[in-house]
Amino acid sequence: MRKKSLMLAALVMVLSVILAACGGSSDKSSDSSKDSGGGTLIYGRGGDSVSLDPAAVTDGESFAVTQNVFETLIRFAEKDTTLEPGLAKEWKISDDGLTYTFTLQEGVKFHDGTDFNAEAVVKNFDRWLDGDADKFPYFQSMFGGFRGEDTAVIKEVKADGDNTVVITLNQPQAPFLKNLAMSPFGIASPTAVEKEGDKFGDNPVGTGPFEFVSWKRNDSVTIKKFADYWKKGLPKVDEVVFKSIPDNSARLNALKTGEIDLATGISPSDASSVEADSNLQLIERPSLNVGYLGMTVTRKPFDDKKVRQAVNYAIDKEALISAFYEGKADVATNPMPPAVSGFNEEISAYPYDPEKAKELLKEAGYDGSKALELWAMPVPRPYMPDGQKIAEAIQKNLEDVGIKTKIVSYEWATYLEKAAKGEADMFLLGWTGDNGDADNFLYTLLDEQSIGSNNYTYFKNSETHKLLLEAQKETDEDKRNELYKKAQEIFHDEAPWVPLAYSTPLLAGKSTIKNFYPHPTGSDIFDTIEIK
Amino acid sequence: MLNYVGRRLLQLIPVLLGMTVIVFFIIRAIPGDPAQVILGQQATEAAVKALRESLGLDNPWYVQYFHYLGDLLRGDLGTSMRTKTAISEEIWPYLAATIELSFFAMLLAIIIGVNAGIISAWFQNSWFDYTATVLALIGVSMPIFWLGLMLQWGLAINLDWLPTSGREDARNPVTPITHLYLIDTLIQGRFDQFIVVLKHLIMPAFALATIPMAIIARMTRSSMLEVMRSDFIRTAKAKGQVTFIVVYKHALKNAIIPVLTVIGLQTGLLLGGAILTETIFSWPGVGRYIYDAIGFRDYPVIQAGILIIAFLFIIINLIVDILYSLVDKRIKYN
Repeated sequence: MRKKSLMLAALVMVLSVILAACGGSSDKSSDSSKDSGGGTLIYGRGGDSVSLDPAAVTDGESFAVTQNVFETLIRFAEKDTTLEPGLAKEWKISDDGLTYTFTLQEGVKFHDGTDFNAEAVVKNFDRWLDGDADKFPYFQSMFGGFRGEDTAVIKEVKADGDNTVVITLNQPQAPFLKNLAMSPFGIASPTAVEKEGDKFGDNPVGTGPFEFVSWKRNDSVTIKKFADYWKKGLPKVDEVVFKSIPDNSARLNALKTGEIDLATGISPSDASSVEADSNLQLIERPSLNVGYLGMTVTRKPFDDKKVRQAVNYAIDKEALISAFYEGKADVATNPMPPAVSGFNEEISAYPYDPEKAKELLKEAGYDGSKALELWAMPVPRPYMPDGQKIAEAIQKNLEDVGIKTKIVSYEWATYLEKAAKGEADMFLLGWTGDNGDADNFLYTLLDEQSIGSNNYTYFKNSETHKLLLEAQKETDEDKRNELYKKAQEIFHDEAPWVPLAYSTPLLAGKSTIKNFYPHPTGSDIFDTIEIK
Repeated sequence: MLNYVGRRLLQLIPVLLGMTVIVFFIIRAIPGDPAQVILGQQATEAAVKALRESLGLDNPWYVQYFHYLGDLLRGDLGTSMRTKTAISEEIWPYLAATIELSFFAMLLAIIIGVNAGIISAWFQNSWFDYTATVLALIGVSMPIFWLGLMLQWGLAINLDWLPTSGREDARNPVTPITHLYLIDTLIQGRFDQFIVVLKHLIMPAFALATIPMAIIARMTRSSMLEVMRSDFIRTAKAKGQVTFIVVYKHALKNAIIPVLTVIGLQTGLLLGGAILTETIFSWPGVGRYIYDAIGFRDYPVIQAGILIIAFLFIIINLIVDILYSLVDKRIKYN
């Protein structure tokens, strides 16, 4: 009896395999992008979102979705990080830089039908201000703290009539508007927040071009066109599905078979195969990142500036870029990319000059007796496509000038924690900007107040510290840029890093995709995208 | 029999308790601070400290452990530090995805593996036997990552027979009820979707099945060879029984016990060990759920995930033990 059922099971299986194989071409007709409407866009990405409440998370994959469901008071322009009106159509700043008055767009509705108005904005700010770092981590990072705390930037937020919101600050903050434009500060429907409570992250409601439909964890998030969207004629597509495909090669495979329409995280080494395929197009995201080799200045021999400069001379950055970034990157000259305002164009990278490096090492009295640890990133990032191989190339460069190294790697969370404790001699790392502001690079990565978090080199300099703090409060853009330019000169001379590359993150899409402009911050809005 | 099952279930308690201790301490021994990981690279030190406090991570280890154990005894698996959702609420879809995949993979492995083993033993030293031996060797030693990508390249991209990855067609998604999609589509009468889901299952299931299939085939072969040499088989043959019946009925019944043991162990391994397959084929299963949790130092999820898999592992092997007595009436549990 049992054998019979076993045989039956086998038979069913064989039949279904045959059926499946025969049905191969038939399901292509269900491709809804051919419908009269805008169709469905399937966007393949490397990971799932953590929560769809943008204020509650810090990861890019969450923002990728929420950026389309929520809108911020002020938004970044389509292709760069200049500021444009968002839910606020205009704003005024008081002379002392402490009062911001926003005039809101009218006739805007949340997806649940709630009216968008000054009261809704105030409720959002109150929700954040009354939270803590656990609930709203980015609010803490960007605005210093919560209601009543000494470090808090925002003092209070008040409505003035239906369409005006006044935000008062405790102290001026130069990048305040840029911070407001970041994805975490999308305005949520106060009705939905109240109704859903802790579950708001599973049922997000905003004013954005798309409304939330469903979420299958680790698999897909589906959003659909919001019929009452205030910008007429947008969005163009009916539905967007964010599909998680963790493996880069598998994601490209899914694109090639047409299961997805757009794929992010294309390895530079796959770029040529995409370009060779007439059904596909390679899409470049404007660079807002920097990949670097950091030297922990509290560890010998990197406490000596000459040794750090020698390392800068010893590494052939051009060769790294052509070998591992497949040319999809520029040699980095500063700790921040050129797209950020305040970038110092007068500085050029240390040239590749092994002789000069040897000379400096000799002057510094470096004996090379001990092999230094060179840490290789265990995960690929746009700014560091292959940490291991890049580390090997650097190892060779350093060996040529007489610096012995040993390549070390740890699992990612361990790597970051150990590096933050200053346990690495030299380490590979990088940074992608959150809001396109210089402060988000220079202060975050190289100021003494960032030691223990993102200043992994433990670099400390009283001059740059003064300049960076001053720049945080300077609201005059030109003066502010001057301060940053000066700081970059010092960073260049002190050389706590070898800036390696400003890379161009790559995406690939079907050739039918039009009007898609990937945003430098990595959070794309799919309102203008079309499938033709 | 009932007595035996009861006793075995009681034995579960110390085993699972031991698991909680091991898992709890091993994951805390890895460096990496959950609070830092959750808050991201931007976080200030104060924020990290505050979060450590609110997560209870600043308590001494034994306080944390007994809190955890206390919650567990009340049936509370804990809350994910990262998604802030109760694990009991969020784990089922992952588990269902893995169960569906492992079940299908085991079905493939058993049907092909057992038959290949039988035929190899039946025609020992024939071309089939040699081929099966070589294939089994390749099967156990082939990296799943490579096999998965090759399958995608061949069957999906070049031949366009099967989809590359995922559980469903994103343009025509399945409405989950039980989260076992084959069953869900049948309940809803969506046979079109049933076929789509089945097609999504084939490649990952095959990739996952290769190792157990090879092991099962080898085990069946050696076990069958031993039985085929015994006297009662010679007698059966001498009586003029059809060879097919001798092999599949008399011999198999006596040779199947060690094979069952291997099947039980392999099924348990598949549940937790499908992580590579789940990654390559973007299968939203429990292996990836735990793997991601390790990356984020999401202690409660790692603990709960491993505990559930350990539990399933033990249960499956208990079922196998019970099956012994059904297959071989001489085995009795008292």
